[in-house]
Amino acid sequence: MAAERAQQHLAEDLWSDASSEGRPHEVGGAQPGAERLSNLDAVRLALHEAMVADERVLIVGEDVGARGNVFLITRGFLEEFGAKRVVDMPLAEASIIGIAVGMAMQGLRPIAEIQFADFIYPAFNQIVGEAAKTRYRSNGDYSCPLVIRTPYGGGIHGALSHSVSIEALFYHVPGLKIVAPSTPRDIKGLLTAAIEDPDPVLFLEHKKTYRSVKGEVPEGHFTIPIGKADVKRTGTQATVVSYGYNLHQALDAAAQLETEGISIEVIDLRSIRPMDKTAILTSVRKTRKLLIIHEDNKFGGIGAEISAMVSEEAFFDLDAPIRRLCGPDVPAMGYAQPLEEAFMISTERMRAAMRELAQF
Amino acid sequence: MAKTVTARGALDRGGLTDEQLVEMLSNMLLQRQLDNRGFQLNRQGKIPFALGSEGHEGLQAGAAMAFARGSDILVPYYRDLGLVLGVGLTPLDLLNNMFAREADLSGGRQFPNHYTARDRGVLSISSIIAAHCTHAAGVAYALTYNGEKGRAVLCTTGEGSTSQGEWHEAINFSAIHKLPIVFLVENNGWAISTPQSMQMAIVDVADKATGYGLPGMICDGTDPIATYRTMKIAMERARSGGGPTLVEAKCYRFLSHSTDDDDRTYRDRETLAAQRADDPLPKFERVLLEAGIIDDPGLTALKADVLKQTNDATDAAEALPYPSVDDMTAHVYAGAFEPWLE
Amino acid sequence: MPQLGESVTEGTVSRWLKKPGESVEKYEAFVEVSTDKVTAEVPAPVAGTMRELIVGEGETVPTGAPIAIIDEVGTAAVPADKGAPAPLAQPLEPSRSSLAVLPLQATNGRNGATANGTRVSPAVRRLAREHAVDVAAVSGTGTNGRVTAADIVAAATGVSRAPAPAVAPIKAGELIPLTPARRLIARRMVESKQTAPHAWTTVEVDVTNLWAWRMAAKDDFEREHGAKLTLLPFFMFAVTESLRVFPLMNSSFFENGIALHKNVNLGIATATDDNLVVPVVRNAEERSIRGIALAAGALIDKARRGKLDVDDLTGGTFTVNNNGAAGSILSAPILVPGQAGIATMEAVVKRPVVRNDAIAIRSMMNVCLSLDHRVVDGAIASGFLADLKKRLEAMGPSGAL
Repeated sequence: MAAERAQQHLAEDLWSDASSEGRPHEVGGAQPGAERLSNLDAVRLALHEAMVADERVLIVGEDVGARGNVFLITRGFLEEFGAKRVVDMPLAEASIIGIAVGMAMQGLRPIAEIQFADFIYPAFNQIVGEAAKTRYRSNGDYSCPLVIRTPYGGGIHGALSHSVSIEALFYHVPGLKIVAPSTPRDIKGLLTAAIEDPDPVLFLEHKKTYRSVKGEVPEGHFTIPIGKADVKRTGTQATVVSYGYNLHQALDAAAQLETEGISIEVIDLRSIRPMDKTAILTSVRKTRKLLIIHEDNKFGGIGAEISAMVSEEAFFDLDAPIRRLCGPDVPAMGYAQPLEEAFMISTERMRAAMRELAQF
Repeated sequence: MAKTVTARGALDRGGLTDEQLVEMLSNMLLQRQLDNRGFQLNRQGKIPFALGSEGHEGLQAGAAMAFARGSDILVPYYRDLGLVLGVGLTPLDLLNNMFAREADLSGGRQFPNHYTARDRGVLSISSIIAAHCTHAAGVAYALTYNGEKGRAVLCTTGEGSTSQGEWHEAINFSAIHKLPIVFLVENNGWAISTPQSMQMAIVDVADKATGYGLPGMICDGTDPIATYRTMKIAMERARSGGGPTLVEAKCYRFLSHSTDDDDRTYRDRETLAAQRADDPLPKFERVLLEAGIIDDPGLTALKADVLKQTNDATDAAEALPYPSVDDMTAHVYAGAFEPWLE
Repeated sequence: MPQLGESVTEGTVSRWLKKPGESVEKYEAFVEVSTDKVTAEVPAPVAGTMRELIVGEGETVPTGAPIAIIDEVGTAAVPADKGAPAPLAQPLEPSRSSLAVLPLQATNGRNGATANGTRVSPAVRRLAREHAVDVAAVSGTGTNGRVTAADIVAAATGVSRAPAPAVAPIKAGELIPLTPARRLIARRMVESKQTAPHAWTTVEVDVTNLWAWRMAAKDDFEREHGAKLTLLPFFMFAVTESLRVFPLMNSSFFENGIALHKNVNLGIATATDDNLVVPVVRNAEERSIRGIALAAGALIDKARRGKLDVDDLTGGTFTVNNNGAAGSILSAPILVPGQAGIATMEAVVKRPVVRNDAIAIRSMMNVCLSLDHRVVDGAIASGFLADLKKRLEAMGPSGAL
């Protein structure tokens, strides 16, 4: 009961559009034949398009059918596609994924949802030990074309069990792909690509951006290749690599710094495994300074891998130590407002870090 | 839920022909021979590891006979050497697996008795106990997804697996959706060194079915015909849309868990000797001899043929090469394996 | 001695099951061996006759050591260690990882230090070597006076082009440190002048009627929108129309061609306390005078409050500058890099002029134009200004905002 009320409260919070920084963030320029959608709408659109286009696609998860997902992403899907294709699973994360693995091995294209990323741990073996290894252990005899979608991230008063970032736990695993797009267009293109990918893809959706980020999405079917980052803003004095909610804050911070005459290049990683080496190195070779920003805990976060790669491959291009601005190394963000704010990285802190690096 | 136990004494063929009965005996003999060969090769130092299934021959031959090749799907566990033979894997497949050859179905990557054969309806498995049960439920769901009828999934485990949460989750989901699946528990009383009494508070694993709303059946796993009869009912129920069944086949595990285990440290020899007297293999030989379905020369010829098959497969597999290290990075993904996109 | 178990390294012969001289079948157990994990009977690898028992009962030997000799059936008695197992694992080949070992390169100083002992970054070290620049001789603009990579590049390239700005002597008075904004402005101004050959032209415009229109409309405008109505939006509106007639003025020079821009995005040169920014009114060609006035007003307000964002500052195709507000009657502005023209409104001054062969007092405003002479020639520039003059002089109180 209390959990249900907690879910409702969370969903309503997201309805309210209130990011702690102000107005919804607009991205992209006007294009003909494009629709303006929120991140959440983009998820829904990609799912709907795939369900219509491919009979093998089905959606499994808790509350995805009659309720239409706790953020209402799949509202109406049950009525449109039927209970066979929109399956309300029992409350058991390990089998949500395990059963989906079996479906995928048998030729279907399941999209499994874990209601909040914080609930994914019981399914860890099915993701890491089974799905990721299916093709390898069968020497190509079987494959596992499975998509696992889950909302992650904080800043919505979600406290210890509705706010975590999980990418660092999984990006280590060969055989798994991970994407974390931050804008509506990227979400639509990458979710479609994930559904069409022959291997298991973990699709991470930052819940704070569900309704607070809007942008243009081209009409019709299109994909964005998994593994390619996107330079969302060009600049000359430092490179910032980020994703998720942080990406939008980084863009805001860079725009503010432009008025101070500081030019920052911002790369939206979009894809965590595989990760875009060329985009990062090209940028670092130009600006010679790198700042990685991620909400996830610092120690062992993905910033560590990027940092190691850049120092291995662009050592003689670096004009400053590689910096990481990340979440603190505590288990999760607390419920009290000051605790949450202390965990989340503010735009002011980003601006200060960028300024300091550019001026180094 | 009715419990089915074979009648003692009379030979109830279960509707099987002479050829089919001999086929089951042949499967049991081949299972025993290949099983032993694995241990022999290990004791010779030629292969690092082997898992035996002595004591399971009756139930695996019976279950295999109830399996429809070309349409049913098997999701096995690592003690199903006889069962995979019965559904179409060859002695060479098994020896290639033991020797970890490149020609092995998994390219030398998997542990012994971890098979994959999509063309013969055998799912790829890992060593994680009961992780395959939810896969089996998912496969069963996929079978019904397009309105297919007449196909069933057979998911096998030991009784230890029935302690894993995911086994329960798989049974539960299958019952909710009336999936075409049979969960066959090969209860040999031991999970490595853990006796059944430390694994569960009940004696009959089939009793677990009641709580989930699917029927539970028990059969004598040392009797291939009894197992066949029970499995036939369960598989037919699944294929015809009647939903899942939990079948418990009681059998023995005559050997240690594997070549890395020594059951003399936890099992008393007297009980084991008594169980050995009920060895399903000589028992079924006697049954067929007494019923006149096979005679002594025929049995001798059959055993010789089984030994020859085993020796031929051993020699052939031993001569084949290991997988090339160059292929180590193949099949991580459909495309490139590198984590960094250049 | 076989290896019974993965981590086992030795075994003990517990019991011989065959004596020398006895025949043995292939796979028949011939010895019992025990390890710390397991005790097992070992099957014979070949059929033949036991010849020799090498290891005694109770003896422990490492795995792989010979324990017995069996004469194989059909072979001569050859002493071979038949009891030894085949090696189980292939030696691991050295992994082909992407561990490229970067060669250590010669540096300017010991451990990359400059003569005065401060450390330099890898980029500085490399660039200094590549450009033959002495790090110690470069003054640093980075944190705590650090010599940055940009300093090295500037030192290397600046020498050949323009003399470095003289360093002000400290004794002569105040030294104003460069803010990042000032540095950026300096850089962009130099870039503009060094890239585009600037030419300049001007016209006088009779804005008497336009001024009257503005005076008549400004109160209603202020009441309705809460914002001031200056001459600027009228000017911008006219400029936009003239740019559509002279699209070359609304273009950018590239090595592979001159790009004519589809839209007119007008930048407005705006001075704030310590900065010069150029916010952009996008798609001016779609806006009315009123629309331009509101958009420009909002941008200038944001500029003064330091609240401009990236969309406000990018995408400009032509720039206007209301220089006359300070009283100037002629000015030669510097182009915004990437644009072909920048036009100024100078001060509106009441002057005697000749109209219809009589002297009249008219409100006159000079309009000055700096242009990129790679793109635009005198004829185009003059034509543009003439068109602009005509439009401005045609504006009057009968017009609609």
